[in-house]
Amino acid sequence: MSDHHGYSERDVQREVAELQAKSATAARIFDLRRIIGGLFVLYGVIVTIAGINPSDATLDKAEGVNINLWTGIGMLLLGIFFLAWLKLRPTPPATPEVTPEDVTGEGPGPHPGSRPGE
Amino acid sequence: MQNPTDVTYLAAELRLPTNWLDYTILAIYFVVVLGIGFAARRSVKTSLDFFLSGRSLPAWITGLAFISANLAATEILGMAANSAQYGAYTVHWYWIGAIPAMVFLGLVMMPFYYGSKVRSVPEMLLLRFDKWAHLLSSALFAFAAILIAGVNLYALAIVVEALLGWPQWVAILVAGAFVLAYITLGGLSSAIYNEVLQFFVILAALIPIVVLGLKKVGGWGGLTDKLTAEHGENFTTAWGGTGIGSDNPLGANWLTIVLGLGFVLSFGYWTTNFAEVQRALSAKNLSAAQRTPLIAAYPKIFIVFLVMIPGLTAAALIPGFGTEKSGYQYNDAIPYLMEQLLPNGVLGIAVTGLLAAFMAGMAANVSSFNTVFTNDIWGRYVVRGRADEYYVRFGRLITVIGVAASVGTAFLASSFSNIMSYLQTLFSFFNVPMFVVFIVGMFWKRASVKSGFWGLLAGTVAAMVNYFWIYKQGIIDIPSDQGANFVSAIVGFVAGAVVMVAVSLFTAPKPAEELQGLVYGTRSPGMSEAPAEGDDAWYRRPALLGWGAIVLAAACYIPFSF
Repeated sequence: MSDHHGYSERDVQREVAELQAKSATAARIFDLRRIIGGLFVLYGVIVTIAGINPSDATLDKAEGVNINLWTGIGMLLLGIFFLAWLKLRPTPPATPEVTPEDVTGEGPGPHPGSRPGE
Repeated sequence: MQNPTDVTYLAAELRLPTNWLDYTILAIYFVVVLGIGFAARRSVKTSLDFFLSGRSLPAWITGLAFISANLAATEILGMAANSAQYGAYTVHWYWIGAIPAMVFLGLVMMPFYYGSKVRSVPEMLLLRFDKWAHLLSSALFAFAAILIAGVNLYALAIVVEALLGWPQWVAILVAGAFVLAYITLGGLSSAIYNEVLQFFVILAALIPIVVLGLKKVGGWGGLTDKLTAEHGENFTTAWGGTGIGSDNPLGANWLTIVLGLGFVLSFGYWTTNFAEVQRALSAKNLSAAQRTPLIAAYPKIFIVFLVMIPGLTAAALIPGFGTEKSGYQYNDAIPYLMEQLLPNGVLGIAVTGLLAAFMAGMAANVSSFNTVFTNDIWGRYVVRGRADEYYVRFGRLITVIGVAASVGTAFLASSFSNIMSYLQTLFSFFNVPMFVVFIVGMFWKRASVKSGFWGLLAGTVAAMVNYFWIYKQGIIDIPSDQGANFVSAIVGFVAGAVVMVAVSLFTAPKPAEELQGLVYGTRSPGMSEAPAEGDDAWYRRPALLGWGAIVLAAACYIPFSF
């Protein structure tokens, strides 16, 4: 093509690969499981407490279900699940220069820096 | 598909009885959102970190963010409204209108997107076609993203005003400021992390509403009995009354549902809307990128129950729900149940979930806008070749400008709310011409460099002409806006495809060696990446995950089909 802009796939590959080599997101970013776990444990405790000793008016409104208690327990369990997952499969230590493998597949892994074929 | 109905009307009397407990729950959420922004800031070193999280995130995070970006509040309230109005037809937006497209994105298109290392969907068009197709698609996308972010913000203001009594401008500024803060600080990582958190909060908000709503109405049996008595047999089936020529409230038959919604609209939205695809591009390797939409497909199959059941319940509890005499709009379904059923505590969770959903919808648009504007428009055509730090700074600046523009659009929307809802409908099928250009370019080697631009332009214009002129002026009678959407989408698709073929026949093809990794059947180096260790486990195989989702979605149709 005469008006070809000279920007090809190879240029994108090179540009992005260079940036990816410099990037350190994987190594620097915190583990989200701790945040989700923490927030849901906190919410779970608050809502469960609201569900202990519910007033009759509250129960009547919610069709006789102590919905605060059940929702609170549910959220608490979800929070505990995330914290337990984090405990069992901790974030891999931050080692930016490693081979492109992440053993667990969970949690932000080591940086997938150099790929085969580059 | 986003928002089938206009969510900007809520009954004024739906003020929720919130107390200090509910506000504490909401306040904690806002603190955590900001905390994520500050924490994610440490991870931003290059422009790739800011715009694509350094291509480093695990699949479960990108997958849940993918579904969350779609699960904006306009979708939640809108789909509940859809169910109250049209009944169980709503399942089509999920099972046929989402799952096949998500699986196609994961299995067929993702190797091209991720393997070619593009940073955005328009950039893919730059590689396959030329800068005109690239520029047109970037500009359309950037404009639509700001507009949709503004509409989200406006819808939030309306809902918050009705439910909590905050003045509209307070809600617009508060939500705008929070989204601005966390995206400017942490870029895409911050947006994605917040989206995953939002996903769980939204679930925690919707599940109690569904459980209590069903109990009140007498279980699923009681619900269907009441609805059948009032609205007839077809209201609780997926396909009843959709024969060609028969009459149903949706104004669509099985053919327009399958072709218009299931194929054209859905594939357009899920496979080429950058606000979605960006989540997958931030995954840490090809396998994770492929699994992103596939992991998202499973919650998508079941979320329909969480939005449809409240809509149906509201329709069953109040005769004539949504009509004048009931005093409620269709959009009031979820807020009405919140007011009726939820005590303080869970009510706070539900309010937080709704606000979280609004912010997720807005943030997804803002974070994809800043990427396209910086990489595809500014960095490519305006200020080229500067140091990488410059583009990170510019990305932050354009985020501020983008959020300010959406706040402006939100205020504009409050004075022209009808126009805005039309525009939003319009953008729901702006993705369609983009999709046709993609699909023809990807499967037909002969599609020439010039055909991309003309196909995109022709498809967009044809869809607009169909919607505004043929449908709105009543040249052809289509019974509902939804039916018209489906038809516009098909028209846009066909027009785009025909023009592409015609232009290709008269212009030179792209040389074969420049098509490597861009056309189906060719490969690029990025695609031959071996799966990382652990990714070859059977439950992480993309093909199994994808076909599993299709089978599950098809099985879900069975109880609704007979």
